[in-house]
Amino acid sequence: MLSTVWIIAAGLAFGLGAVLLVQAGNPGNYGFCAACHLRDIAGALGIHKVPVLQYARPEIMGWVIGAFVLSKTTGEFRPRGGSAPLIRFMLGALMMLGALVFLGCPLRALLRLAGGDLNGITAMAGFLAGIGTGIVFLRNGFSLGRARTISGPVAFTGYLSVVFAVVLAAAVAAGASFLYFSTKGPGSQHAPILISLIAGLITGALAMKTRMCLSGGFRDFFLVKDTSLLKIYGLIFLSAAAANLFFGTFKLGFTGQPLAHTMHLWNFLGLYLVGVSATLLGGCPLRQLIMAADGNTDAAICVLGMLAGAGVAHTLNMAASGAGVPLNGQLAVGVGIVITFAVGWLFREKVLVEATA
Amino acid sequence: MEKKIDLRGYSCPIPLLRTRDALASCDELTVIIDEPAARENILKYAASQRYKADCSDGKDEWTLHIVK
Repeated sequence: MLSTVWIIAAGLAFGLGAVLLVQAGNPGNYGFCAACHLRDIAGALGIHKVPVLQYARPEIMGWVIGAFVLSKTTGEFRPRGGSAPLIRFMLGALMMLGALVFLGCPLRALLRLAGGDLNGITAMAGFLAGIGTGIVFLRNGFSLGRARTISGPVAFTGYLSVVFAVVLAAAVAAGASFLYFSTKGPGSQHAPILISLIAGLITGALAMKTRMCLSGGFRDFFLVKDTSLLKIYGLIFLSAAAANLFFGTFKLGFTGQPLAHTMHLWNFLGLYLVGVSATLLGGCPLRQLIMAADGNTDAAICVLGMLAGAGVAHTLNMAASGAGVPLNGQLAVGVGIVITFAVGWLFREKVLVEATA
Repeated sequence: MEKKIDLRGYSCPIPLLRTRDALASCDELTVIIDEPAARENILKYAASQRYKADCSDGKDEWTLHIVK
């Protein structure tokens, strides 16, 4: 059982940290977001060419490095992989597409709600419906197959995520010329690098410790009535809402919200796609980053899929903006939902139960 | 009846679901597992059902013994 201390620490660190990062320079309701921040990283690496969305956000590198350090300290770091990597890549890309149609991962949906953005409610409803659909597939035997522990020299692949995170953090701190940096728009708004990195390190370690996962929290509640993770979300919401009220950044309503649109159907369906994909993948975008840090190369492949998804979504004009969701994005979400259903239905297997007596 | 199930390599929540399915048709179950998160989830589930559950000591792999 998770102790109350860790639940409170994680809830407050994510909730207060997110609002403080906005005060320190991040765009509105944009303190933490596994999807949007990765999309900005994709921009910084030149995977998409939207000039206002290019910044290698150190919060993400902090998550990976913080989770890695903790997993090494506790002995939980274990290089492993080999469970349908290509399917994970594709589901990662679809998860990113759904998040970019809503404009946020489930964590940002919660943070947007805590800033008074009621579009977060529509999106959360979609996310819950998606998790419910994913659970139906799981109950019918869905599985992407076994991963295996990687040993010998190849075990180094388990460290690649953290190596990449360290290199990227150093590069953004040094203003490396191979990275793109937005000079205007959301990509140009950010907290000082060191503050972002420290915030990421602390919350990354706490996410590893609590195994925080937005889809996992609801899934555990549906399946075994465990509420530990839901308590963390409650605290994130309350502490972020209180901090937003304190700083005067709480604004109740659907319209005029930062980095948001009001196309309710697409807010719902965007996070519906994220909910189904996350449940099939065994973790939300945040959890995939944390698992990649503790040696799970399948999760690392999923993160690469998310980066590629961000590239495709912005290059083919699928991602939403404050103006709404383009037709390409609406079509892509529809196709994405059909693909997740096909994966959920096709990848079923029976696990052998041996009778021993 | 006693049964045994090898769930090494599966990621959450599949180990928990398969354990639950297996327990529907037996009173005693041995589960082999290698994912710490899955081990915790199964132990939590067993406690919530008031089943008796022991877990072997291990670093990379654990054997859970659950009795209804």
